[in-house]
Amino acid sequence: MKKPLYGLTALFDTPDALMQAVDETVKAGYTRYDVHAPYPLHGLARAMRLKPSPLGYFALVFGLLGAVSAVGLMTWITLVDYPLVIGGKPFWSWPAFVPVAFEITVLLASVLTVVSMIVIYFKFPNISHPLHDTPFMKRVSSDGFGICIEAADPLFEEARVRGMLTSLGGKDVGPVYFDVEDLNHGQKVFDLKFVGLLAGVGLLVSIITYLGLNVMLYMKPFNWMMEQEKLKPQAASALFSNGIGMRPPVEGTVARGFLPYPYKGRPEDAGRYLVNPLPVTKPVLDLGREKYLTFCSPCHGNFGRGDSRLAGQFPNPPTLHSDKVRDWPDGSIYHVMTDGQNVMPSYAAQVSRDERWAIVHYIRVLQRAHHAKESDLQ
Amino acid sequence: MSTGLVDYTREEPVVAGRPTASEIDAAISAPLDQFPTRIWWIGFGITSTMLAIGVLCVGITLWSGVGTWGINQPVAWGFDIVNFVFWVGIGHAGTLISAILFLLRQRWRNGIARFAEAMTIFAVMCAAIFPLLHTGRQWLPLYLMPYPNQHGLWVNFTSPLLWDVFAVSTYLTVSAVFWYLGLVPDLATLRDRTTHPVKKLIYSVFSLGWRHSGRHWHHFERAYLILAGFATPLVLSVHTIVSFDFAVSVIPGWHTTIFPPYFVAGAVFSGFAMVQNSLIVVRQMFKLKHLITLDTLEKMNKVMIVTGSMVGYAYAMEYFIAWYSGSQFELFVFINRALGPYAWAYWTMVACNVIFPQLFWFKKVRRSIPLMFGIGVLVNVGMWFERFVIVVTSLSRDFLPSSWGHYVPSPVDVGILVGSLGLFFTLILVFVRVLPVISLAEIKSVLPGAQPERHEHN
Repeated sequence: MKKPLYGLTALFDTPDALMQAVDETVKAGYTRYDVHAPYPLHGLARAMRLKPSPLGYFALVFGLLGAVSAVGLMTWITLVDYPLVIGGKPFWSWPAFVPVAFEITVLLASVLTVVSMIVIYFKFPNISHPLHDTPFMKRVSSDGFGICIEAADPLFEEARVRGMLTSLGGKDVGPVYFDVEDLNHGQKVFDLKFVGLLAGVGLLVSIITYLGLNVMLYMKPFNWMMEQEKLKPQAASALFSNGIGMRPPVEGTVARGFLPYPYKGRPEDAGRYLVNPLPVTKPVLDLGREKYLTFCSPCHGNFGRGDSRLAGQFPNPPTLHSDKVRDWPDGSIYHVMTDGQNVMPSYAAQVSRDERWAIVHYIRVLQRAHHAKESDLQ
Repeated sequence: MSTGLVDYTREEPVVAGRPTASEIDAAISAPLDQFPTRIWWIGFGITSTMLAIGVLCVGITLWSGVGTWGINQPVAWGFDIVNFVFWVGIGHAGTLISAILFLLRQRWRNGIARFAEAMTIFAVMCAAIFPLLHTGRQWLPLYLMPYPNQHGLWVNFTSPLLWDVFAVSTYLTVSAVFWYLGLVPDLATLRDRTTHPVKKLIYSVFSLGWRHSGRHWHHFERAYLILAGFATPLVLSVHTIVSFDFAVSVIPGWHTTIFPPYFVAGAVFSGFAMVQNSLIVVRQMFKLKHLITLDTLEKMNKVMIVTGSMVGYAYAMEYFIAWYSGSQFELFVFINRALGPYAWAYWTMVACNVIFPQLFWFKKVRRSIPLMFGIGVLVNVGMWFERFVIVVTSLSRDFLPSSWGHYVPSPVDVGILVGSLGLFFTLILVFVRVLPVISLAEIKSVLPGAQPERHEHN
């Protein structure tokens, strides 16, 4: 079966001869033709009357897409989804976004522009062409300059074209034919074989990712950090007979910063051995007054007389101004607060050690105020 | 051509002699068609051994952890980061030659751009190993990337260490795309030359059906220009971001605004030294001296004087600022560099980076292959030491004397460095056997008589 004619090709010796031939071809009105050279020739695009390549606009669009999406992602992350508190710095720290945004801009603009060119202009993956593997292509790949005028051109007429090319100095003027398979090839990007290849690659990548992240990471040695000897809360443990990892503190354990009260149940020793460690200064007395009014005054009254507004509703405490209390050492008063006495419970949980000593000083102030002497006025 | 006067009205020819396009095809394709020579095998044997040592040491690191390295407190960054910055720096020369010299219309780049760009990709591949290894859990590299995950976590976008991730991966990708784009016409030429069926299939697939069509060249040139235009700020940004790893911290000796331009100049400097060294070997091995001419090498040496002087100026400026700032800590760091426990590294750096490259002012040195090769090696050594001095001296002695420490690299550290050199040179040796070392299309386009005369009249 006679293969259909694709076009006529001709080779030229020098770039200038080629350019002249291009001019004549354009002048003669041919539009379905192409010029071939092993490297780009200056002025060829102009001679062929080619429109400027729009790839620059592609790069602009892809670059802007990259910039906007990068800044958008970073903004959403740092303002909405996962704001990091870093020394009170603003959450939207745009100077920090510049490097990543720039890189993504360049990446998308460069890669997608090249991919677009390959898909749109080189018609990837439909890359086969009648000119491949012809002697014309072999020359043009190496050192030849050539023109091919397609038979599909409306002005094409084999004899006329052959004559024109020969008269312009063209050598090896000859025909190129279509391959039968090429004829049946559509110009679709979504060719079945290609889509199948992409799907296969996608499947392979998915399988590898799954195996890597969900299987391999749980195998030795990658899982060594996940399996640690330490006991986690609520975890079982084979070390202990009842299998429970969490244990109550051992008998006699003392909390950090806590010292057990040594005079529990021994008021005489407390009075004998405990000494008020705080000095009598205004801040200490202010603290003592504040804590006394908070914790002690509901029962003992604001001035220690035992006459609070709760009087009558419960067994009143004795006055703090009795001789007994005034003669008591500081340690005895401290002991009553710490250990409790009769109806009064221990206030050690509510009032700290220092605060209790400060209250002791304040009580002394109240006592002195109630038994003021002439000499106190000086 | 050896009179003192230079005629600047006429551009020097890029290639020597007047080779034809087919002669160029033959010369550059020759290594691809022949079985490797014995010298190649010897070289490959050496570099593979180095690579094997590296693989072993990386395996030790993966198994036992980064405790096998010499890093400690306070010197938590040692050879790992020094090597990372070193390799990223070397990569920069390739992009500068490919992209920046293209934008500046320096035709002499055409003979060396392909090789230099390949070196960039290999150097960045070597560099990328180190940040990955130093993370500790190297099998979780995806933690470096922002993706929605069940921890509800995102990466910290305010950290220069993260900017590095984006910068280096973008640099690797864009350089690879740029390099591949330039390769497409050459792969088509090789496809049309070869008769071996497997090679023909591979070339056919990867040449994307290129048929040297003028319409395609039109788009190709536009895409190439766009990529060169993007790659230029990219390469400047990448090493700037790498310098931010240090400059954004507060350590004396690191926290200085001179770092971005200083690092970029240093990167170009060390990269050019590596490219120059490699080209000298390649042009000798493959008899390409007429295509990678002495003029081209001389121009590269001139670039080395410029960048080397910039680096030397930066060294002096650091000292001036250390004094002028009045900061006791800053001043101490620089006195410590010159006189402290790592003074031997510092003075090696100064000798190799500042003193020896200045010999390139002399034309005889610039045009002597053995001398320029030697100076190139010294520059590479000096630039490695520069990164060592920056990282280790500032960390080992920073603010508080009670926190001072000392760093000694472990054998595993040294093994990984040797391995990275092995990887780099192995990749280069494989590259020169598999792909054309010089861009066929680009070098043909600057031959005398390659372009039509008439376009100048338009």
